[in-house]
This record gives sequence, structure tokens and C-alpha cells, in this order.
Amino acid sequence: MSTETGIIVPEAASPQRIESPEAKAQRISTSSLVTIVGAILLWMAFTVDGSGTIALSDAFDEVQLPSIEIPGTLTVAICALLTLAAGIALFTGRLPRWGRTVAGLVAGAAVLFGFLAWVAASSTLPFTLTSQLNLTLAYATPLFFGVLGGVLAERAGVVNIAIEGMFLTSAFTASLTFSLTQSFIAGLFAAALAGVLMAGVLAFFTLRFLVDHVIIGVVINVLATGLTGFIYQQLVAKDMATFSNVRPMLPVAVPGLDQIPFIGPILFNQRPLTYIAFFSIILVWFLIFRTRWGLRVRSVGEQPHAADTVGINVISTKTSAVLLGGVFAGLGGAYFTIGSVGAFQDNNPTAGNGFIALAAVIMGRWHPVLGALTALFFGFLRALAQTTKPMQLPIPSDFIEMLPYLATIIAVAGLVGRVRAPAADGAHFVKSH
Amino acid sequence: MSETRRPAWLQSTIITIASLLLAFLVSAIVMVAADAEVASKWAYFFSRPGDALSASWDKIAATFHAMWVGSVGSWGALTNTTREATPLICAGLGVAVAFRAGLFNIGAQGQAMVGALFAAFLGFTVKGLPIFIHLPLVILAGVLAGAIWGGIVGLLKARSGAHEVILTIMMNYIAGSILAYFMLQPAFQAPGRADPISPVLEWSATMPRIAGSSLHLGFLLALIAAAASWWLLERTKFGINLKAVGLNPNAAATAGASVSNITMITMALSGALAGLAGVMMVTAPESLTGSPPQMTGTIIGTLGFDAITVALLGRSRPLGVVFAGLLFGALKASRRTMVTMAGTPDKLTDLIQALVVLFVAAPAFVAWLLPFLKERKPKKKMTPEGLVAGA
Repeated sequence: MSTETGIIVPEAASPQRIESPEAKAQRISTSSLVTIVGAILLWMAFTVDGSGTIALSDAFDEVQLPSIEIPGTLTVAICALLTLAAGIALFTGRLPRWGRTVAGLVAGAAVLFGFLAWVAASSTLPFTLTSQLNLTLAYATPLFFGVLGGVLAERAGVVNIAIEGMFLTSAFTASLTFSLTQSFIAGLFAAALAGVLMAGVLAFFTLRFLVDHVIIGVVINVLATGLTGFIYQQLVAKDMATFSNVRPMLPVAVPGLDQIPFIGPILFNQRPLTYIAFFSIILVWFLIFRTRWGLRVRSVGEQPHAADTVGINVISTKTSAVLLGGVFAGLGGAYFTIGSVGAFQDNNPTAGNGFIALAAVIMGRWHPVLGALTALFFGFLRALAQTTKPMQLPIPSDFIEMLPYLATIIAVAGLVGRVRAPAADGAHFVKSH
Repeated sequence: MSETRRPAWLQSTIITIASLLLAFLVSAIVMVAADAEVASKWAYFFSRPGDALSASWDKIAATFHAMWVGSVGSWGALTNTTREATPLICAGLGVAVAFRAGLFNIGAQGQAMVGALFAAFLGFTVKGLPIFIHLPLVILAGVLAGAIWGGIVGLLKARSGAHEVILTIMMNYIAGSILAYFMLQPAFQAPGRADPISPVLEWSATMPRIAGSSLHLGFLLALIAAAASWWLLERTKFGINLKAVGLNPNAAATAGASVSNITMITMALSGALAGLAGVMMVTAPESLTGSPPQMTGTIIGTLGFDAITVALLGRSRPLGVVFAGLLFGALKASRRTMVTMAGTPDKLTDLIQALVVLFVAAPAFVAWLLPFLKERKPKKKMTPEGLVAGA
């Protein structure tokens, strides 16, 4: 995962590792960032006194689990010292490869736990871990689908900033179709179809008419806003009983597994689309990395001319990947209406989630599983902003909400590990003979 | 390629006009199809075709007439159009200048947000200054804030090669969070209000206007900004370098231009113009009250994305941006009459705007839809359009 550029020269010549200037700059920026975060955490440790409470179950849960009492300053300080140690260890540059991975993981876990401990200790209210994790999955589910839509298109070399537009269109279509048919299957099917149609616009204009990928992405987003907004006002708002009669999908418990304390209600009592999302992540991973089609998709995204030379139909391979991505983006869009809250509202229901999904695609290095993990992390941060709102923290929840975007900037600016897009991402392909 | 070829400007004008007509045509179709009442008449089209046709025609005619009345039908309507066009032109210029350097600034939204935030803050906190000091101060604050917000992206791109599209999208959301935070601070709230709404700006921070209309100084400033952008792009050494970087950064670097400096300065400039658009949003007086709307967390609306559509329609030329801004400004100005006179939802303007840009962005698509627009070619597939359509 980490981009390894340092090379090991033969033992006989010198046991010293030779570090390229890029690797050196990388090492210094990563380790300084970790150290600075550690130092901030250490300072935060002394802004709290007393202990924090982390509640393991909601007040309404059947099985009440004990709340955990943790000493505030001590816990945060230990986490801060661990982070500092990891930062300094990274700075020395003497760690072997696995050592750097361990240091990174330690720093990540320590920052996360230290911050949660600080949150819990800063407030008199307990920090409810279950609702935090439930909310995390609720926020992450559409992002999972968006990530898959983005990964499939971008692996095939088509830049997809139209995820937001696909979300919006399919959210609307799902709501409308469900209202007319009262069938969730029909609603999901219509949503996937709407996603495919929008993806079709993207594929048609980028692949056939060679329009800039980003431009057409922006246009699709604006088009989706105009189209859904207009049809909503013109058709749906005038007859809500016919066109907006929607009830949301309810959580479905997996029999048996949902009885496991703590984990059960979080993982095995979810909305149907969340289960579908987990299944889809594995499916897309398999398709991209374990099938002939996936190999072709990756090859047209990296070296379309080479792929063309060996007889792969570049345009149809790209099209199929973008359209399949549209199916997933469509399912993700359905989550915003029938999947969670009900009828489509004309107040920007997708709220920029398509762009967060895009960020997760990039931070997840165009990999479906890593992208999904990043989406989970972004969902966690958004949930954190929500759960901490009533806790009267010294830092405003708006700033916590900002963290995913800051993290993405740090990642793309190469401060921590460099992310690399598929080589021909955004490039036009014109068959040369 | 051949002697009979139309000049480029003529071909692009023809395509643009065709795009506009197509956009209005498609939106008229959507308008009829999505109207339950009219659509019900189409159900018995074959027994009484007159009903469906006349109902559809009435609907379309009423809507487009209302749009005409609301945007250019009277002096007041015309000045409403210039009022709506002002921020669109400013932000559109910002996106266009960045385009010319090969940079895609999706961040006009965030840049306008910070611009509006700083301008509004100076507008309602500083009191007692004469207008010729206060107003320039407010404008400068907004422009500087936008320039910094855009400049950060330029700096990051120049230093690390990160893609500006991703950076600007993320900066938009960060600006949104910052705006949401500040609008809930007591210093930014109107006295006695707990919701995110600011006090009314001082009169000395408001754009002077022609009495009884919505034509204000900001529109003149937008035109000056357009002229200055033209001068910068076409008459200065920096403009030559900027365009060279946009055409081919490697060649520009070989020719001695500093690509990273030009990237940074262009992004800052682009942000400055978007910041100016933000200033316009909070300092332009409304026609009835004469004072600007109070700053809220959502005052910027979708300006950033509208600006991209303006720059695309204007083909990134300052004069084109002015015309595109006026057109989309007219669409926005016609919203009220559209609802009151024709009963058509005002979101139709968003739809038309998106369709216009969809067609404008894909000239080859328009030529494919309307083959008679294609030039006669001496040989098959010799023009770029032919090549593209055949690919």
C-alpha cells in the first residue's frame, strides 16, 4: 500500500538504504504531520479533567450493557504519547516496511481512541457508542454505492464526478416509482435504471463525442438538479397523494445473529440496502480483480492503446464499466428516499454525498474495498459530528464535519502517501487506425 | 482545412444558437410531459387531437411569454436581469480565466462563500464610514478572501501536482462548514435572532443603484472586470503565458514560462473574481427595499455551478461570459413571473440552463442531432466534427 520508492542496494556494497528525494520529502511530511497531531492531542489531554463515560447501549435497548468509565487526562495523554512515538519513529526513517505499517496503524488507532476519550471526558453527557456506530453505517451506506460507481468508471478511465447527479436522479425515480407501484423491488429497479441512464449520458458524451469528463460530470449534476426539481414541482407537489406516497424500507434483523450483544443490533439489524452494499463491495472487488472483464477494464483505464492492440474493444469495455457503475450509484441514490427516510423532498436530499463518495474513491486509491473503508471512516466522522452536537464540546461540530474534506486534501496533496489515479483516467480514446 | 470552410467563429455561433433552440425545445417537451393536466389530454389524442395540441401550445406559450415579461418586458424587469447577471458574470469570469490556463475551478462556490462572508462582516460591523471608503473596503475584503481561498488551491497544485478539481470540491465543503459555523456565532447574527441570519448591511456598504430599479454599480463593476480580464488575457505578457500553459504546459515551460507561478496566480485571480461575485450577492440592493438581502448560510445558492455553466456557454471568452451571464441572469429574473403568470415551476430555468450547457459542451453532438448544420466537406470525415462523430 505505501508507495515504496527507497531501494536496497546489495549488502556487499553498503547496508545503508538509499532514499530518493521524493521518499525523503514524503517521510518528513508524514512524520511531522503525525507528530503535530500527537502534540495537539497531548495539549488536549490537559484541557479535560475528570472522567468520561462511554455508553455501550442506548437507553432504549432491551439488553442494557454497562457504561465504561475512563479517566480523561490519563487516557488521552497515553494515546497522545503513542502517537508522538509513532511520529518520531517514522521520522527516523530506520523502520522496516512492516514497522512503518505498524507505526501508522498505532498512530491512527491512538488518535481515534484518544479523540473519543477526549470527547467523552469533555462532556457531562455519556458518549453513546452504539448510536455512533449505527449512525456511521447509516451515513456510509450510500457512500459505499457511490464509491463503487466511482471506482468502476474511473478504473475504466472515465472520470466520474457525476455521482451526485446519479444519486439525485435515482433518489427521485425511486420515490416516484414506489409511490406509483408500492413495490420496493420496482423502486430499486427504477433507481438502478435511472443511475444507468445518467451513466449512459456520461459514457455517451465522453466516449462518443469526446467531451471533457469533468465538464460533462458538472453538466450532469446541474441537469439532475433541474430535472428532478422541475418534475417535482410540476408533477409531484401538485398531487402528493399519488406521487409522493412513500414509506421507507425498515431495518431487517438477521435471525439469531442480531441477538449478539453490542455487535448484533449494529451489524445485523440494518436496512436492506446496507446488506446489499456489503454484498456489492465484495462483488465489485471480485469483478475488477478476479475476472477477465475486470482485467480488461483495468487495462483500458491504464493503457487503452495497448489494450486496443491486443484486440480489446476499448469503447465497449469502458461503456460497460461506466454503466455498471451507474447501477450501483442508482442503488445508492435510492437510499436517500425509499432506503431510509421516505418520500423525495425538494431540498437537495443527497446533500453533496456524491462528492464525499468521490473523495472516498480517491483516498481509497481507486480500490473498492479501500474505498469502502474510507467511506466508512467518512461516515464515522459525519456521525461523530451528529452525536457530539448535543454534548457542548469545546470544538464545534461544523469543524468535525470538515475533517473528511481536509483528510482528502492532505491525501491528494501527497502529505501522507501519494495516491495515483489510473494512468489514462480522463483521457480520450480515439482508435488510431 | 479547405477554402469553403466556415470561419470558426461563425460555426461556433451557429452551434451555440442551435444549442439554445434545442434546449428550449427539449425543456418545452419536458414541461408538457410532466404536466398531469396536459398529459391527460394526450391520452385521448387520437380521438380529439385538437385538445392535446392546444393545451400543450397554451402551456408553452404562456410560460415563454411570462419569461419574456419577467426578464426583458419592462425597464424594471430588464434591471432585474442585470442584477441577477452581475454575480454570474463575475464568477463566470473567474471560472473562464482558470479555464484558459487549463485549470478547472469548481471552487467558485467556496470562493464566493468566503468572499461574501468577509464582505458582509465588514459591511455590518464597520459603522460611520463614508460610502467611498466603506464600499471599496468591503469589496476589497471579499475579493481578497476569495483570492486566498483560490490561491490555496493554486499553491497546493503547484507544489504537489494534486488535481485542482478534487482540491476545489473539497475547499467548497470546507468553506460551507466555516460559513455554517460563523453564521451561528453571535457576532454574525442579527440582534435578537438565534438562526443563521446577519444584520442588515450599512447603507454605506451597499451598491448605489438608479432609483426605482435594480440597476446598481455592481453591474458596471462586472463589465469593468470583464474588460480587465480581456485586457489581461489578450494584451499582456502574463496573459500570453497563461494561455500557453493552458494549451500545453510542457511547451510553455520549455519556452520559459513558470508553470507553477502561473498556476498559483491564475487560481488566486480566479478566486478573486469568484469572491467579487460573493460580494455582489451580499451588497446588491433589492428593488423593493433598497437594501441588500441579509447574509445567510445559503445566500450563495448554486452560484459556483452556475458560474461553470456561464463560462462554458461563453466559451471562456470575457465577452462571451458577459452575454452568457446576461442570458442566465434573464432566466433567473424570469422566475417570479413564470410562477405568477403561467403557473410553471421556477425550476424550469435550472433545466433550461443545464440543457443549454449540455448542448454547448458537445458541439459534435449538436451537429450529429442536426446534420444540416454540418459544413459540406470535400471529403468524408475531414473536419474535426466528422472525425469526432465517426470515432
